[in-house]
Amino acid sequence: MSTEDALKSKFADAGLAFSQFRDNRRIVVPAQSLQPLLACLKQDLGFDFLAEITAVDYLEYEGATDRFGVVYVVVNTKTGERLVIKTFVNDPDPVLPSMCSLWKAADWLEREVYDMFGIKFSGHPDLRRILTPDEFSAYPLRKDYPLKGRGERHNFPVITRADG
Amino acid sequence: MAMKDVPDNIFMTTLDAAASWARSNSLWPMPFATACCGIELMATASSRFDLARFGAEVMRFSPRQCDLMIVAGRVVMKMLPVLQRIWLQMPEPKWCISMGACACTGGVFDTYAVVQGVDRFIPVDLYVPGCPPRPEQLMAGIIALQDKIKHGGTLNGTEFAKRTQPMGPTPYDLDELIRIREANEQLVSLN
Repeated sequence: MSTEDALKSKFADAGLAFSQFRDNRRIVVPAQSLQPLLACLKQDLGFDFLAEITAVDYLEYEGATDRFGVVYVVVNTKTGERLVIKTFVNDPDPVLPSMCSLWKAADWLEREVYDMFGIKFSGHPDLRRILTPDEFSAYPLRKDYPLKGRGERHNFPVITRADG
Repeated sequence: MAMKDVPDNIFMTTLDAAASWARSNSLWPMPFATACCGIELMATASSRFDLARFGAEVMRFSPRQCDLMIVAGRVVMKMLPVLQRIWLQMPEPKWCISMGACACTGGVFDTYAVVQGVDRFIPVDLYVPGCPPRPEQLMAGIIALQDKIKHGGTLNGTEFAKRTQPMGPTPYDLDELIRIREANEQLVSLN
């Protein structure tokens, strides 16, 4: 039985949407079914490697109904299968359950998504910014953040020869 | 004592010129290499181009031992405090070369995270353009800096004491000031 069939029988009424483009197999899942779906993939179907977590900001995107799409890529290292799982969250308080208990790899990946998009992960052991400085207050990959920033890059003292 | 009485093994100069001559031929670079310019910097120091011919091959990774900082590569906002701290830790007299388009102006990286030229925040003596510059360009820059040191250097560094004004562009660009003002207005209207 293929992974898709197993998921279809197990999550019959969860509202999963399956699609495929060449060998890119995708599942869109409602946010409340994300945790059980990923747990099933990890524990029952052998997807033991979390390759990527990333997000997309659909602000002002044509035809989009939700603000953020969060994308998980999981790999079964025994069979080489690769699945893309996508879910949606919305303003004003985008929150998803943390996957740190399933894959340790989720720790830094979720911190990066939090840093760049401001999507929180409930149950994360250490949800701090990972790339930008601690005092940074914006979420730079959101579409309403200006490309050149709000002056953060030049908010430093100027050192002259007189300073040593 | 007339000149004709001076023996052959004695020559006269000023202390300033002697000190500058010694300094210019024994520059110890601090390689602040953050990107692809750093690779060219390494090539400059290695055998094919051989920076040792100009007395500047002693790369030291402790700023306390260096007198020439070569900023090679883009500097992001998280790195700039580090750059400034290393610059302040270097003993006087010291010089700074801004190597490559990114260190000079930010290059193609005109984004929220990249500082648009290190000369906004530390004094820069010499700019080497290029993306990245070839080793010959960097060596031409170092030779030009040696020339500058020989012709303007003083024993106790008084030429630096005069440079108390920042010499680079102002820290904020005009469009950046507008965005800061807009962000503040947004904050005020939200509260």
